[in-house]
Amino acid sequence: CRSKPATARIPWRPALSFSSSPFVIFLHFLYKIMAVHGPLVKIHPVVLASIVDSYERRNEGASRVIGTLLGTADKHSVEVTNCFSVPHNESEDEVAVDMEFAKNMYELHKKVSPSEVIIGWYATGYDITEHSVLIHEYYSREAPNPIHMTVDTALQSNKMNIRAYVSSQMGVPGKTVGVMFTPLTIKYIYYDTERIGVDLLQRTRASPSRTNGLTTDLAQVASAAGRVQEMLSTMLSYIEDVLSGKVMADNSVGRYLMDLVNKVPKITAEDFESMLNSNINDLLMVTYLANLTQAQIALNEKLVVL
Amino acid sequence: MGSLKESAVSGSNPLDSPVKQIQIDGLVVLKIIKHYQEEGQGSEVVQGVLLGLVVEDRLEITNCFPFPQHTEDDVDFDEVQYQMEMMRSLRHVNIDHLHVGWYQSTYYGSFVSRALLDSQFSYQHAIEESVVLIYDPIKTAQGSLCLKAYRLTPKLMEICKEKDFSPEALKKACIGYEHMLEEVPIVIKNSHLINVLLLDLQEKSTVADKHELLNLSSSNHLEKSLQLLMDRVDGMSQEIVKYNTYCRNLTKQQQQKQQYLQRRQQENTQRQSRGEPPLPEEDINKMFKPPQAPPRMDTLLIAGQVNNYCQNIKAFTSQNLGKLFMAEALQGHSS
Repeated sequence: CRSKPATARIPWRPALSFSSSPFVIFLHFLYKIMAVHGPLVKIHPVVLASIVDSYERRNEGASRVIGTLLGTADKHSVEVTNCFSVPHNESEDEVAVDMEFAKNMYELHKKVSPSEVIIGWYATGYDITEHSVLIHEYYSREAPNPIHMTVDTALQSNKMNIRAYVSSQMGVPGKTVGVMFTPLTIKYIYYDTERIGVDLLQRTRASPSRTNGLTTDLAQVASAAGRVQEMLSTMLSYIEDVLSGKVMADNSVGRYLMDLVNKVPKITAEDFESMLNSNINDLLMVTYLANLTQAQIALNEKLVVL
Repeated sequence: MGSLKESAVSGSNPLDSPVKQIQIDGLVVLKIIKHYQEEGQGSEVVQGVLLGLVVEDRLEITNCFPFPQHTEDDVDFDEVQYQMEMMRSLRHVNIDHLHVGWYQSTYYGSFVSRALLDSQFSYQHAIEESVVLIYDPIKTAQGSLCLKAYRLTPKLMEICKEKDFSPEALKKACIGYEHMLEEVPIVIKNSHLINVLLLDLQEKSTVADKHELLNLSSSNHLEKSLQLLMDRVDGMSQEIVKYNTYCRNLTKQQQQKQQYLQRRQQENTQRQSRGEPPLPEEDINKMFKPPQAPPRMDTLLIAGQVNNYCQNIKAFTSQNLGKLFMAEALQGHSS
């Protein structure tokens, strides 16, 4: 529970809300280098995309959006896999969150994935305000030790700062009690297919109309080969720099290169020929069968229509 | 699935397809991938609803939500109610709540089935521009996103409306298995803010590229595809046998009818020559009931499915041949 801060008798009274006073910026910095006692937070990209999308669709006049985070939690880490936004009204002195809505949505989501539970909430924006403390209290009732995540969609520092916090009590018990938000380390994790999806989405950054079509098969192989070629040429230029003395040789990198070269399998030419030929024969046979089947059903079609 | 009578845009030219292109938000792609990854393992199919709006001749899909599976276990689960509740809630947070289609995952490309046809028909009947998005997770795991959008051709829509699947009706409409579903090209679009997010992710994530796309092994995938193809071809041959027996029966019956008529005529002339009254005309049709024509819809579906399998297999083999030739070139360099 929070109370209004008393007049400063203790010189190092911690601030109850983070504003941009120099004292608090020092605290931010201190928290960055302090050991984090909370769990590791693993986020899937779909959650962040959802948050950005709900920020873009916010009501007129709302400066930020809040919502619930769903996922799974175990002893040392918390995995955030889903989220939904919750309508809320925020003004100078009060905040109203539609809790019915939140409960309803959670029930609906549970029908699809029964293993996801409420593990915290998110808000867009850079600061943690007093209202956040209240909302955090509400979420503490829903989940044990909820996480609070902030996504800076206003791009205050030219980057989208994504941070996660866990709250803990602080202050002198009995007198001035408050809530402190300790930052947690964030890791982005992807399923394999998710990473492939995200790679495809990255390509929309290149085109001016922000659109991107899906490529055909051989073109994909060509682009993958192109990527490997790029990586190889980067490596080669680095090696040449080291050899000519422009760059200091790094032992660990040298070891990796050694590993790489040793991993290339040594096969005799005849073995490789035979492997290659048998594989090519398999593929050609399957192509022939597929073509034959297609011709067959086309023929069947024509015969029926006669 | 409940068909909602929401007509977002009045259908323009009914002969031309009203939707020429599909524009999908990156968010929808990620959600579909996540839904399959978490809830659908093996050959189970996951489904969900697509939300968005229609802009000129483009269908924009801006959000989606998944459908829970295993509704047989929970008897008092109402699909329509779940949908209505979800859409009402999404309306509160300003997400487009117009139903524009549905998505489904597929196992090795097998999705041309009666169920899909029925669902898509009811969707397209209610909402003219709706599509079905087919997401192939196995092909995606091999290196690149495989997402396709399909609609029923207008010809097929008419036939489904009539519910007449006899051979004559299909012949009249000249529908081949290639004209059942038409594919609509897809384009992925991201807003500026999402692009900033992607930039951030790329800088922060330390996931190394795994290059599944350059994987040379193919036998596992080929085996499974060929297995499925064989099953369908078996089904196809059964249908063909059925149709052949029907044709044979029909011709036999025609012959019998002719013979009977001829005999009748002969007898009549004989009787006339003897001066007796001719035998009464009997209703031929009641005596020779024509055999039941087998419905051709299943055959059409199987043919469509076989075609789809073959195309997938050919795409896969062409990719692998390319990779093998690349490997050969590399080996040639080093040896």
